[in-house]
Amino acid sequence: MTISRLTIHELHELLVKKEISAVELTREHLDRIQKLDGDVKAYITVTDQLALEQAKAVDAKISAGESIGTLAGIPMAVKDNLCTKGINTTCASKMLDGFQPQYSATVVHKLQAENAILLGKANMDEFAMGSTTENSAFFATKNPWNADCVPGGSSGGSAAAVAADLAVYSLGSDTGGSIRQPASFCGIVGLKPTYGAVSRFGLIAFASSLDQIGPLAKDVTDTALILNAITGYDKQDSTSAKYDYPDYTKALTGDVKGLRIGLPKEYLGEGIDPEVEAQVRAAAAKLEELGAVVEECSLPYTRYAMPAYYLIAPAEASSNLGRYDGVRYGLRVQAKDVVDMFCDTRKQGFGAEVKRRIMLGTYALSSGYYDAYYLKALKVRNLIKQDYDQAFAKYDCLIAPTAPTTALHKGQNQDPLALYKGDICTIPSNLAGIPALSLPYGLDKNQMPIGVQLLGKAFAEPTLLQVAYALEQNTTLTRLKPNQGKGL
Amino acid sequence: MISKEVVEKVAKLSRLNLDEAEIALYAEQLSQILDTMEGLQQIDTDGVVPLAHVLPIENVFREDDVGQCFRQEEVLANAPEQSDGMFQVPKIV
Repeated sequence: MTISRLTIHELHELLVKKEISAVELTREHLDRIQKLDGDVKAYITVTDQLALEQAKAVDAKISAGESIGTLAGIPMAVKDNLCTKGINTTCASKMLDGFQPQYSATVVHKLQAENAILLGKANMDEFAMGSTTENSAFFATKNPWNADCVPGGSSGGSAAAVAADLAVYSLGSDTGGSIRQPASFCGIVGLKPTYGAVSRFGLIAFASSLDQIGPLAKDVTDTALILNAITGYDKQDSTSAKYDYPDYTKALTGDVKGLRIGLPKEYLGEGIDPEVEAQVRAAAAKLEELGAVVEECSLPYTRYAMPAYYLIAPAEASSNLGRYDGVRYGLRVQAKDVVDMFCDTRKQGFGAEVKRRIMLGTYALSSGYYDAYYLKALKVRNLIKQDYDQAFAKYDCLIAPTAPTTALHKGQNQDPLALYKGDICTIPSNLAGIPALSLPYGLDKNQMPIGVQLLGKAFAEPTLLQVAYALEQNTTLTRLKPNQGKGL
Repeated sequence: MISKEVVEKVAKLSRLNLDEAEIALYAEQLSQILDTMEGLQQIDTDGVVPLAHVLPIENVFREDDVGQCFRQEEVLANAPEQSDGMFQVPKIV
Protein backbone atom coordinates (compact mmCIF):
# COMPACT_ATOMS: atom_id res chain seq x y z
CA MET A 1 0.00 0.00 0.00
CA THR A 2 1.32 3.41 -0.94
CA ILE A 3 0.06 5.57 1.89
CA SER A 4 1.20 8.81 0.28
CA ARG A 5 -1.45 8.36 -2.43
CA LEU A 6 -4.37 8.24 -0.01
CA THR A 7 -6.84 11.01 0.74
CA ILE A 8 -7.54 12.75 4.06
CA HIS A 9 -10.63 10.66 4.76
CA GLU A 10 -8.85 7.39 3.92
CA LEU A 11 -5.84 8.27 6.07
CA HIS A 12 -8.05 9.40 8.95
CA GLU A 13 -9.56 5.90 9.08
CA LEU A 14 -6.10 4.33 9.19
CA LEU A 15 -4.96 6.71 11.96
CA VAL A 16 -8.05 6.03 14.06
CA LYS A 17 -7.67 2.26 13.60
CA LYS A 18 -3.98 2.66 14.54
CA GLU A 19 -2.93 0.96 11.31
CA ILE A 20 -0.48 3.80 10.76
CA SER A 21 0.83 6.51 13.05
CA ALA A 22 0.97 10.22 12.30
CA VAL A 23 4.76 10.05 12.59
CA GLU A 24 4.95 7.26 9.99
CA LEU A 25 2.66 9.19 7.69
CA THR A 26 4.69 12.37 8.13
CA ARG A 27 8.01 10.54 7.62
CA GLU A 28 6.64 8.98 4.43
CA HIS A 29 5.88 12.45 3.06
CA LEU A 30 9.18 13.95 4.23
CA ASP A 31 11.02 11.05 2.58
CA ARG A 32 9.17 11.62 -0.66
CA ILE A 33 9.97 15.34 -0.50
CA GLN A 34 13.64 14.53 0.05
CA LYS A 35 13.63 12.05 -2.83
CA LEU A 36 11.48 13.88 -5.37
CA ASP A 37 11.26 17.57 -4.59
CA GLY A 38 14.73 18.29 -5.93
CA ASP A 39 13.04 17.58 -9.24
CA VAL A 40 9.47 18.87 -8.77
CA LYS A 41 10.50 21.92 -6.70
CA ALA A 42 7.11 22.39 -5.08
CA TYR A 43 8.51 23.61 -1.75
CA ILE A 44 10.44 26.75 -0.88
CA THR A 45 10.76 25.73 2.77
CA VAL A 46 10.34 22.28 4.34
CA THR A 47 9.50 22.34 8.06
CA ASP A 48 10.56 18.77 8.81
CA GLN A 49 11.37 19.14 12.52
CA LEU A 50 8.14 20.97 13.26
CA ALA A 51 6.15 18.43 11.22
CA LEU A 52 7.56 15.51 13.21
CA GLU A 53 6.92 17.27 16.53
CA GLN A 54 3.32 17.97 15.50
CA ALA A 55 2.92 14.33 14.40
CA LYS A 56 4.24 13.02 17.73
CA ALA A 57 1.67 15.16 19.56
CA VAL A 58 -1.13 13.65 17.46
CA ASP A 59 0.13 10.12 18.11
CA ALA A 60 0.19 10.89 21.84
CA LYS A 61 -3.48 11.91 21.65
CA ILE A 62 -4.41 8.74 19.76
CA SER A 63 -2.49 6.56 22.26
CA ALA A 64 -4.23 8.30 25.14
CA GLY A 65 -7.55 7.31 23.59
CA GLU A 66 -8.55 10.89 22.75
CA SER A 67 -10.74 11.35 19.71
CA ILE A 68 -9.12 13.25 16.86
CA GLY A 69 -10.58 15.44 14.13
CA THR A 70 -10.42 14.41 10.46
CA LEU A 71 -7.49 16.70 9.67
CA ALA A 72 -5.44 15.64 12.71
CA GLY A 73 -2.14 14.04 11.80
CA ILE A 74 -2.59 14.68 8.06
CA PRO A 75 0.47 16.30 6.40
CA MET A 76 -0.19 19.36 4.26
CA ALA A 77 1.48 22.38 2.66
CA VAL A 78 0.56 26.05 2.58
CA LYS A 79 1.37 28.59 -0.10
CA ASP A 80 4.27 30.85 0.81
CA ASN A 81 2.10 33.98 0.92
CA LEU A 82 0.40 32.75 4.10
CA CYS A 83 2.11 34.02 7.23
CA THR A 84 3.54 31.32 9.50
CA LYS A 85 4.96 32.62 12.77
CA GLY A 86 8.73 32.15 12.97
CA ILE A 87 8.82 30.29 9.62
CA ASN A 88 10.11 31.90 6.43
CA THR A 89 7.29 33.48 4.42
CA THR A 90 8.71 34.81 1.18
CA CYS A 91 5.90 35.26 -1.37
CA ALA A 92 8.58 33.77 -3.68
CA SER A 93 10.15 37.25 -3.78
CA LYS A 94 13.65 38.51 -3.09
CA MET A 95 11.83 41.32 -1.29
CA LEU A 96 10.79 38.95 1.52
CA ASP A 97 13.68 36.45 1.40
CA GLY A 98 14.26 35.42 5.02
CA PHE A 99 11.18 37.22 6.36
CA GLN A 100 9.76 35.48 9.43
CA PRO A 101 6.33 36.79 10.42
CA GLN A 102 5.57 37.61 14.05
CA TYR A 103 2.14 36.00 13.70
CA SER A 104 0.36 33.28 11.75
CA ALA A 105 -2.53 33.65 9.33
CA THR A 106 -5.97 32.77 10.72
CA VAL A 107 -6.20 29.75 8.37
CA VAL A 108 -2.86 28.48 9.70
CA HIS A 109 -4.14 28.82 13.28
CA LYS A 110 -7.33 27.03 12.33
CA LEU A 111 -5.45 24.10 10.77
CA GLN A 112 -3.07 23.96 13.74
CA ALA A 113 -6.08 23.85 16.06
CA GLU A 114 -7.16 20.78 14.06
CA ASN A 115 -3.70 19.24 14.64
CA ALA A 116 -2.82 19.37 10.95
CA ILE A 117 0.83 18.65 10.14
CA LEU A 118 2.64 21.47 8.31
CA LEU A 119 5.22 20.00 5.90
CA GLY A 120 6.31 23.33 4.50
CA LYS A 121 5.72 26.37 2.36
CA ALA A 122 4.84 25.98 -1.30
CA ASN A 123 6.36 27.79 -4.27
CA MET A 124 4.30 30.35 -6.20
CA ASP A 125 4.53 33.15 -8.70
CA GLU A 126 6.09 36.15 -6.98
CA PHE A 127 3.39 37.90 -4.88
CA ALA A 128 0.85 35.56 -6.58
CA MET A 129 1.24 37.41 -9.88
CA GLY A 130 1.35 34.91 -12.70
CA SER A 131 -0.14 31.69 -13.98
CA THR A 132 2.90 29.44 -14.46
CA THR A 133 4.94 29.62 -11.19
CA GLU A 134 7.81 30.66 -13.46
CA ASN A 135 7.68 34.10 -11.82
CA SER A 136 9.04 32.71 -8.55
CA ALA A 137 12.24 34.59 -7.74
CA PHE A 138 13.79 31.33 -6.53
CA PHE A 139 12.99 28.56 -9.03
CA ALA A 140 10.25 27.24 -11.30
CA THR A 141 8.07 24.30 -10.21
CA LYS A 142 7.55 21.40 -12.62
CA ASN A 143 4.25 19.83 -13.51
CA PRO A 144 4.28 16.30 -12.02
CA TRP A 145 2.51 15.02 -15.16
CA ASN A 146 5.18 16.27 -17.54
CA ALA A 147 8.41 17.95 -16.49
CA ASP A 148 8.37 20.09 -19.65
CA CYS A 149 5.11 21.70 -18.59
CA VAL A 150 4.32 24.32 -15.97
CA PRO A 151 2.12 23.39 -12.97
CA GLY A 152 0.07 26.55 -13.52
CA GLY A 153 -0.04 29.35 -11.04
CA SER A 154 0.16 31.25 -9.02
CA SER A 155 -0.42 28.40 -6.49
CA GLY A 156 1.74 26.06 -8.63
CA GLY A 157 3.77 24.69 -5.73
CA SER A 158 0.60 23.93 -3.75
CA ALA A 159 -0.89 22.08 -6.75
CA ALA A 160 2.28 20.18 -7.72
CA ALA A 161 2.84 19.06 -4.10
CA VAL A 162 -0.61 17.43 -3.97
CA ALA A 163 -0.44 15.96 -7.49
CA ALA A 164 3.01 14.42 -6.78
CA ASP A 165 1.88 13.10 -3.36
CA LEU A 166 4.32 15.39 -1.57
CA ALA A 167 1.40 16.59 0.61
CA VAL A 168 -2.07 15.16 1.21
CA TYR A 169 -3.63 18.57 0.57
CA SER A 170 -2.61 22.19 0.47
CA LEU A 171 -3.86 25.73 0.76
CA GLY A 172 -3.49 28.25 -2.02
CA SER A 173 -4.86 31.70 -2.76
CA ASP A 174 -6.96 32.73 -5.75
CA THR A 175 -7.13 36.32 -6.99
CA GLY A 176 -7.92 35.56 -10.65
CA GLY A 177 -7.75 31.76 -10.83
CA SER A 178 -4.59 31.00 -8.86
CA ILE A 179 -6.07 27.95 -7.10
CA ARG A 180 -8.31 26.63 -9.88
CA GLN A 181 -5.96 26.90 -12.88
CA PRO A 182 -3.03 25.05 -11.24
CA ALA A 183 -5.51 22.46 -9.88
CA SER A 184 -6.72 22.00 -13.45
CA PHE A 185 -3.17 21.78 -14.89
CA CYS A 186 -2.14 19.23 -12.21
CA GLY A 187 -5.26 17.06 -12.22
CA ILE A 188 -6.55 17.77 -8.69
CA VAL A 189 -9.54 19.52 -7.11
CA GLY A 190 -9.25 23.23 -6.32
CA LEU A 191 -11.85 25.54 -4.79
CA LYS A 192 -12.01 29.31 -4.57
CA PRO A 193 -14.54 30.00 -1.84
CA THR A 194 -17.02 32.89 -1.75
CA TYR A 195 -15.28 36.20 -1.03
CA GLY A 196 -15.39 36.68 2.74
CA ALA A 197 -15.95 32.99 3.62
CA VAL A 198 -12.30 32.38 4.57
CA SER A 199 -10.41 34.96 6.62
CA ARG A 200 -7.66 36.76 4.72
CA PHE A 201 -5.89 37.77 7.95
CA GLY A 202 -2.25 36.84 7.46
CA LEU A 203 -2.56 36.34 3.71
CA ILE A 204 -0.01 38.71 2.19
CA ALA A 205 -2.22 40.97 0.11
CA PHE A 206 -2.18 41.14 -3.68
CA ALA A 207 -5.63 42.56 -4.61
CA SER A 208 -7.68 42.73 -1.43
CA SER A 209 -11.16 42.85 -2.99
CA LEU A 210 -10.41 39.69 -5.03
CA ASP A 211 -8.07 37.51 -2.93
CA GLN A 212 -9.47 34.35 -1.32
CA ILE A 213 -7.72 31.41 0.35
CA GLY A 214 -8.92 27.93 -0.54
CA PRO A 215 -8.09 24.21 -0.66
CA LEU A 216 -6.30 22.08 -3.25
CA ALA A 217 -7.12 18.41 -2.66
CA LYS A 218 -7.15 14.89 -4.07
CA ASP A 219 -10.92 14.52 -4.09
CA VAL A 220 -14.20 16.27 -3.41
CA THR A 221 -14.69 14.82 0.09
CA ASP A 222 -11.29 16.16 1.16
CA THR A 223 -12.22 19.55 -0.26
CA ALA A 224 -15.35 19.61 1.91
CA LEU A 225 -13.36 18.55 5.00
CA ILE A 226 -10.77 21.31 4.53
CA LEU A 227 -13.51 23.85 3.91
CA ASN A 228 -15.15 22.85 7.20
CA ALA A 229 -11.92 23.76 8.97
CA ILE A 230 -11.06 27.05 7.27
CA THR A 231 -14.35 28.90 6.71
CA GLY A 232 -15.85 31.19 9.33
CA TYR A 233 -16.14 34.76 10.50
CA ASP A 234 -12.94 36.38 11.77
CA LYS A 235 -12.98 39.74 13.47
CA GLN A 236 -9.39 40.31 12.37
CA ASP A 237 -10.49 40.50 8.72
CA SER A 238 -12.75 43.51 8.19
CA THR A 239 -14.20 41.88 5.04
CA SER A 240 -14.96 38.54 6.70
CA ALA A 241 -18.58 37.50 6.13
CA LYS A 242 -20.91 36.79 9.04
CA TYR A 243 -22.73 33.71 7.84
CA ASP A 244 -24.06 30.45 9.24
CA TYR A 245 -21.37 28.25 7.65
CA PRO A 246 -22.68 24.71 7.11
CA ASP A 247 -21.07 21.29 7.45
CA TYR A 248 -19.92 20.95 3.86
CA THR A 249 -19.77 17.13 3.98
CA LYS A 250 -23.59 17.15 4.16
CA ALA A 251 -23.57 18.27 0.52
CA LEU A 252 -21.91 15.03 -0.60
CA THR A 253 -25.12 13.19 -1.47
CA GLY A 254 -24.30 12.03 -4.98
CA ASP A 255 -27.74 13.19 -6.08
CA VAL A 256 -28.18 15.95 -8.66
CA LYS A 257 -31.73 15.13 -9.77
CA GLY A 258 -33.64 18.24 -10.72
CA LEU A 259 -30.65 20.59 -10.31
CA ARG A 260 -30.62 23.32 -12.95
CA ILE A 261 -27.23 23.71 -14.59
CA GLY A 262 -26.29 26.44 -17.06
CA LEU A 263 -23.66 26.06 -19.75
CA PRO A 264 -22.58 29.66 -20.56
CA LYS A 265 -21.76 29.99 -24.25
CA GLU A 266 -19.18 32.75 -23.65
CA TYR A 267 -16.91 30.19 -21.94
CA LEU A 268 -16.93 27.91 -24.99
CA GLY A 269 -15.95 28.21 -28.63
CA GLU A 270 -13.29 30.62 -29.83
CA GLY A 271 -10.13 30.62 -27.75
CA ILE A 272 -11.00 27.37 -25.94
CA ASP A 273 -9.11 24.21 -26.87
CA PRO A 274 -11.63 21.84 -28.55
CA GLU A 275 -10.51 18.95 -26.33
CA VAL A 276 -11.22 21.05 -23.23
CA GLU A 277 -14.62 22.09 -24.57
CA ALA A 278 -15.46 18.46 -25.38
CA GLN A 279 -14.79 17.42 -21.77
CA VAL A 280 -16.93 20.26 -20.38
CA ARG A 281 -19.77 19.14 -22.65
CA ALA A 282 -19.17 15.51 -21.62
CA ALA A 283 -19.41 16.47 -17.94
CA ALA A 284 -22.63 18.40 -18.64
CA ALA A 285 -24.03 15.38 -20.49
CA LYS A 286 -23.10 13.13 -17.56
CA LEU A 287 -24.97 15.44 -15.17
CA GLU A 288 -27.99 15.36 -17.48
CA GLU A 289 -27.81 11.57 -17.44
CA LEU A 290 -27.80 11.75 -13.62
CA GLY A 291 -31.02 13.74 -13.64
CA ALA A 292 -29.87 17.38 -13.74
CA VAL A 293 -31.40 19.81 -16.22
CA VAL A 294 -28.70 21.36 -18.42
CA GLU A 295 -29.28 24.38 -20.65
CA GLU A 296 -27.05 26.72 -22.62
CA CYS A 297 -27.10 30.23 -21.21
CA SER A 298 -25.38 33.56 -21.75
CA LEU A 299 -23.24 35.90 -19.64
CA PRO A 300 -22.78 38.69 -22.19
CA TYR A 301 -20.23 40.79 -20.27
CA THR A 302 -17.76 37.90 -19.84
CA ARG A 303 -15.41 39.17 -22.53
CA TYR A 304 -14.89 42.41 -20.64
CA ALA A 305 -13.77 40.62 -17.49
CA MET A 306 -10.13 40.32 -18.60
CA PRO A 307 -9.60 44.06 -19.27
CA ALA A 308 -11.57 45.03 -16.13
CA TYR A 309 -9.58 42.60 -13.99
CA TYR A 310 -6.21 43.71 -15.33
CA LEU A 311 -7.03 47.26 -14.27
CA ILE A 312 -8.60 46.51 -10.89
CA ALA A 313 -6.13 43.86 -9.66
CA PRO A 314 -2.98 45.85 -10.57
CA ALA A 315 -4.54 49.02 -9.13
CA GLU A 316 -5.08 47.29 -5.78
CA ALA A 317 -1.64 45.66 -6.01
CA SER A 318 0.12 48.95 -6.66
CA SER A 319 -1.35 50.20 -3.40
CA ASN A 320 -0.83 46.99 -1.37
CA LEU A 321 2.79 46.61 -2.48
CA GLY A 322 3.57 50.17 -1.45
CA ARG A 323 4.51 48.73 1.95
CA TYR A 324 7.71 47.17 0.58
CA ASP A 325 9.98 50.13 1.11
CA GLY A 326 12.95 48.60 2.95
CA VAL A 327 12.06 50.26 6.25
CA ARG A 328 10.35 47.76 8.55
CA TYR A 329 11.05 44.32 7.07
CA GLY A 330 12.36 42.60 3.97
CA LEU A 331 15.09 43.69 1.63
CA ARG A 332 16.88 47.01 2.00
CA VAL A 333 19.29 48.34 -0.60
CA GLN A 334 21.55 50.99 0.87
CA ALA A 335 21.43 54.42 -0.77
CA LYS A 336 22.47 57.96 0.04
CA ASP A 337 19.00 59.21 0.91
CA VAL A 338 15.69 57.70 1.86
CA VAL A 339 13.89 58.11 -1.48
CA ASP A 340 16.75 56.44 -3.35
CA MET A 341 16.66 53.70 -0.73
CA PHE A 342 12.95 53.12 -1.49
CA CYS A 343 13.45 53.17 -5.26
CA ASP A 344 16.57 50.97 -5.32
CA THR A 345 15.09 48.48 -2.85
CA ARG A 346 12.01 48.10 -5.04
CA LYS A 347 14.12 47.89 -8.19
CA GLN A 348 16.15 44.98 -6.83
CA GLY A 349 13.48 43.35 -4.70
CA PHE A 350 10.68 42.98 -7.26
CA GLY A 351 10.72 40.80 -10.38
CA ALA A 352 9.60 41.89 -13.86
CA GLU A 353 5.93 40.85 -13.63
CA VAL A 354 5.45 42.49 -10.23
CA LYS A 355 6.96 45.74 -11.51
CA ARG A 356 4.77 45.56 -14.63
CA ARG A 357 1.62 45.24 -12.54
CA ILE A 358 2.66 47.99 -10.12
CA MET A 359 3.26 50.26 -13.13
CA LEU A 360 -0.06 49.32 -14.75
CA GLY A 361 -1.98 49.85 -11.52
CA THR A 362 -0.27 53.13 -10.72
CA TYR A 363 -1.07 54.36 -14.23
CA ALA A 364 -4.74 53.33 -13.92
CA LEU A 365 -5.04 55.18 -10.60
CA SER A 366 -3.07 58.27 -11.61
CA SER A 367 -4.58 61.68 -12.08
CA GLY A 368 -6.15 62.03 -15.53
CA TYR A 369 -6.61 58.28 -16.08
CA TYR A 370 -8.53 57.25 -12.98
CA ASP A 371 -12.03 57.78 -14.44
CA ALA A 372 -11.26 56.32 -17.87
CA TYR A 373 -9.60 53.19 -16.55
CA TYR A 374 -10.10 52.34 -12.88
CA LEU A 375 -13.60 53.75 -12.38
CA LYS A 376 -14.76 52.37 -15.74
CA ALA A 377 -13.44 48.93 -14.75
CA LEU A 378 -15.37 49.05 -11.46
CA LYS A 379 -18.58 49.82 -13.33
CA VAL A 380 -17.98 46.93 -15.71
CA ARG A 381 -17.31 44.76 -12.68
CA ASN A 382 -20.85 45.53 -11.53
CA LEU A 383 -22.22 44.51 -14.95
CA ILE A 384 -20.31 41.21 -14.71
CA LYS A 385 -21.77 40.59 -11.26
CA GLN A 386 -25.27 41.39 -12.56
CA ASP A 387 -24.75 38.81 -15.35
CA TYR A 388 -24.16 36.17 -12.68
CA ASP A 389 -27.08 37.40 -10.53
CA GLN A 390 -29.39 36.91 -13.49
CA ALA A 391 -27.95 33.50 -14.33
CA PHE A 392 -28.26 32.26 -10.75
CA ALA A 393 -31.90 33.35 -10.62
CA LYS A 394 -32.40 30.57 -13.17
CA TYR A 395 -29.62 28.05 -12.49
CA ASP A 396 -28.22 26.41 -9.36
CA CYS A 397 -24.79 26.06 -10.90
CA LEU A 398 -22.86 26.88 -14.06
CA ILE A 399 -20.41 24.56 -15.80
CA ALA A 400 -17.45 25.84 -17.85
CA PRO A 401 -13.77 25.17 -18.54
CA THR A 402 -11.32 26.12 -15.78
CA ALA A 403 -8.71 27.21 -18.31
CA PRO A 404 -8.76 27.51 -22.10
CA THR A 405 -6.03 24.87 -22.44
CA THR A 406 -4.24 22.14 -20.53
CA ALA A 407 -0.82 22.87 -18.96
CA LEU A 408 1.38 25.25 -20.92
CA HIS A 409 4.93 24.32 -21.85
CA LYS A 410 7.59 25.91 -19.71
CA GLY A 411 9.88 28.63 -20.94
CA GLN A 412 7.45 29.83 -23.61
CA ASN A 413 5.48 32.29 -21.57
CA GLN A 414 7.19 35.62 -22.20
CA ASP A 415 4.22 37.56 -23.57
CA PRO A 416 2.32 39.00 -20.58
CA LEU A 417 -0.84 39.77 -22.56
CA ALA A 418 -1.09 36.21 -23.90
CA LEU A 419 -0.87 34.90 -20.33
CA TYR A 420 -3.48 37.38 -19.08
CA LYS A 421 -5.85 36.07 -21.77
CA GLY A 422 -5.37 32.57 -20.32
CA ASP A 423 -7.25 33.73 -17.22
CA ILE A 424 -10.53 34.43 -19.05
CA CYS A 425 -12.43 31.51 -17.54
CA THR A 426 -11.45 32.17 -13.92
CA ILE A 427 -11.33 35.95 -13.40
CA PRO A 428 -15.04 36.76 -13.81
CA SER A 429 -15.89 34.84 -10.62
CA ASN A 430 -13.24 36.73 -8.61
CA LEU A 431 -14.72 40.02 -9.83
CA ALA A 432 -18.18 38.84 -8.68
CA GLY A 433 -16.92 37.23 -5.44
CA ILE A 434 -18.70 33.94 -6.15
CA PRO A 435 -17.37 30.43 -5.37
CA ALA A 436 -15.91 28.26 -8.13
CA LEU A 437 -14.45 24.75 -8.11
CA SER A 438 -12.14 23.04 -10.59
CA LEU A 439 -12.64 19.30 -10.96
CA PRO A 440 -10.31 17.07 -13.04
CA TYR A 441 -12.23 15.48 -15.89
CA GLY A 442 -10.14 13.27 -18.12
CA LEU A 443 -6.94 13.77 -20.09
CA ASP A 444 -6.12 15.35 -23.43
CA LYS A 445 -4.28 13.56 -26.24
CA ASN A 446 -0.94 14.41 -24.62
CA GLN A 447 -2.05 12.73 -21.40
CA MET A 448 -2.39 16.05 -19.56
CA PRO A 449 -5.34 16.67 -17.21
CA ILE A 450 -8.37 18.75 -18.20
CA GLY A 451 -10.26 20.78 -15.58
CA VAL A 452 -13.99 21.43 -15.54
CA GLN A 453 -15.17 24.44 -13.55
CA LEU A 454 -18.37 24.69 -11.52
CA LEU A 455 -19.61 28.13 -10.46
CA GLY A 456 -22.35 29.03 -8.00
CA LYS A 457 -23.87 32.08 -6.35
CA ALA A 458 -22.32 33.48 -3.17
CA PHE A 459 -22.17 30.83 -0.40
CA ALA A 460 -23.30 28.06 -2.80
CA GLU A 461 -20.19 25.96 -2.05
CA PRO A 462 -22.48 23.06 -1.00
CA THR A 463 -24.06 23.04 -4.48
CA LEU A 464 -20.63 22.97 -6.16
CA LEU A 465 -19.50 20.13 -3.90
CA GLN A 466 -22.75 18.26 -4.52
CA VAL A 467 -22.33 18.44 -8.31
CA ALA A 468 -18.60 17.67 -8.21
CA TYR A 469 -19.21 14.69 -5.91
CA ALA A 470 -21.89 13.31 -8.22
CA LEU A 471 -19.44 13.43 -11.14
CA GLU A 472 -16.70 11.90 -9.01
CA GLN A 473 -18.92 9.01 -7.88
CA ASN A 474 -20.26 8.28 -11.34
CA THR A 475 -17.16 8.43 -13.54
CA THR A 476 -13.52 7.41 -13.38
CA LEU A 477 -12.43 10.69 -14.99
CA THR A 478 -11.98 12.74 -11.84
CA ARG A 479 -9.38 10.72 -9.98
CA LEU A 480 -6.28 11.09 -12.08
CA LYS A 481 -2.70 10.24 -11.23
CA PRO A 482 0.48 11.21 -13.06
CA ASN A 483 2.47 8.38 -14.59
CA GLN A 484 4.28 6.87 -11.63
CA GLY A 485 6.89 5.45 -14.01
CA LYS A 486 8.46 8.91 -14.25
CA GLY A 487 9.76 8.57 -10.73
CA LEU A 488 6.71 10.12 -9.13
CA MET B 1 0.58 54.66 -26.93
CA ILE B 2 2.52 55.06 -23.71
CA SER B 3 5.64 57.17 -24.14
CA LYS B 4 8.90 56.67 -22.30
CA GLU B 5 8.20 59.96 -20.49
CA VAL B 6 4.90 58.58 -19.15
CA VAL B 7 6.67 55.37 -18.06
CA GLU B 8 9.28 57.45 -16.23
CA LYS B 9 6.57 59.48 -14.51
CA VAL B 10 4.65 56.36 -13.46
CA ALA B 11 7.88 54.73 -12.25
CA LYS B 12 8.54 57.76 -10.10
CA LEU B 13 5.02 57.62 -8.65
CA SER B 14 5.58 53.88 -8.02
CA ARG B 15 8.93 54.50 -6.31
CA LEU B 16 10.59 52.17 -8.79
CA ASN B 17 14.04 52.84 -10.13
CA LEU B 18 13.98 51.50 -13.72
CA ASP B 19 16.88 51.22 -16.14
CA GLU B 20 16.70 52.24 -19.82
CA ALA B 21 15.94 48.74 -21.06
CA GLU B 22 13.07 48.37 -18.59
CA ILE B 23 11.64 51.77 -19.54
CA ALA B 24 11.60 50.79 -23.22
CA LEU B 25 10.11 47.37 -22.49
CA TYR B 26 7.36 48.70 -20.22
CA ALA B 27 6.49 51.47 -22.70
CA GLU B 28 5.85 48.80 -25.31
CA GLN B 29 4.11 46.28 -23.06
CA LEU B 30 1.92 48.79 -21.21
CA SER B 31 0.85 50.23 -24.58
CA GLN B 32 -0.20 46.77 -25.78
CA ILE B 33 -2.00 45.95 -22.55
CA LEU B 34 -3.82 49.29 -22.40
CA ASP B 35 -4.87 48.88 -26.05
CA THR B 36 -6.86 45.81 -25.07
CA MET B 37 -8.47 47.80 -22.26
CA GLU B 38 -9.92 50.21 -24.82
CA GLY B 39 -12.78 47.77 -25.44
CA LEU B 40 -14.20 48.83 -22.07
CA GLN B 41 -14.87 52.32 -23.44
CA GLN B 42 -17.49 50.89 -25.83
CA ILE B 43 -19.71 49.78 -22.97
CA ASP B 44 -22.47 52.09 -21.90
CA THR B 45 -22.03 52.36 -18.13
CA ASP B 46 -24.23 55.41 -17.55
CA GLY B 47 -26.04 54.93 -14.27
CA VAL B 48 -23.99 51.84 -13.33
CA VAL B 49 -22.67 52.01 -9.79
CA PRO B 50 -18.92 51.27 -9.53
CA LEU B 51 -18.43 48.00 -7.63
CA ALA B 52 -15.31 48.26 -5.50
CA HIS B 53 -16.40 45.43 -3.26
CA VAL B 54 -18.76 42.47 -3.67
CA LEU B 55 -20.12 42.17 -0.15
CA PRO B 56 -22.43 44.63 1.57
CA ILE B 57 -19.87 46.10 3.93
CA GLU B 58 -20.64 47.93 7.11
CA ASN B 59 -18.21 49.70 9.35
CA VAL B 60 -17.02 47.31 12.04
CA PHE B 61 -17.03 48.75 15.54
CA ARG B 62 -15.45 47.24 18.60
CA GLU B 63 -14.91 48.19 22.21
CA ASP B 64 -11.76 50.20 22.79
CA ASP B 65 -10.16 47.40 24.80
CA VAL B 66 -6.47 46.71 24.99
CA GLY B 67 -5.85 43.37 23.28
CA GLN B 68 -2.78 41.31 22.68
CA CYS B 69 0.02 43.35 21.19
CA PHE B 70 3.61 42.82 20.16
CA ARG B 71 6.60 43.66 22.32
CA GLN B 72 9.01 46.22 20.88
CA GLU B 73 11.64 43.61 20.03
CA GLU B 74 9.05 41.53 18.18
CA VAL B 75 7.99 44.54 16.12
CA LEU B 76 11.62 45.27 15.27
CA ALA B 77 12.56 41.64 14.66
CA ASN B 78 12.59 41.96 10.86
CA ALA B 79 13.97 45.52 10.69
CA PRO B 80 16.84 45.86 8.20
CA GLU B 81 18.37 48.42 10.57
CA GLN B 82 17.30 49.62 13.99
CA SER B 83 18.55 52.00 16.61
CA ASP B 84 17.32 52.81 20.13
CA GLY B 85 14.13 50.78 19.67
CA MET B 86 13.27 52.46 16.38
CA PHE B 87 13.44 51.63 12.68
CA GLN B 88 16.49 53.35 11.25
CA VAL B 89 16.51 54.86 7.74
CA PRO B 90 19.00 56.97 5.78
CA LYS B 91 19.07 60.69 6.48
CA ILE B 92 15.87 62.36 5.23
CA VAL B 93 16.76 66.07 5.38
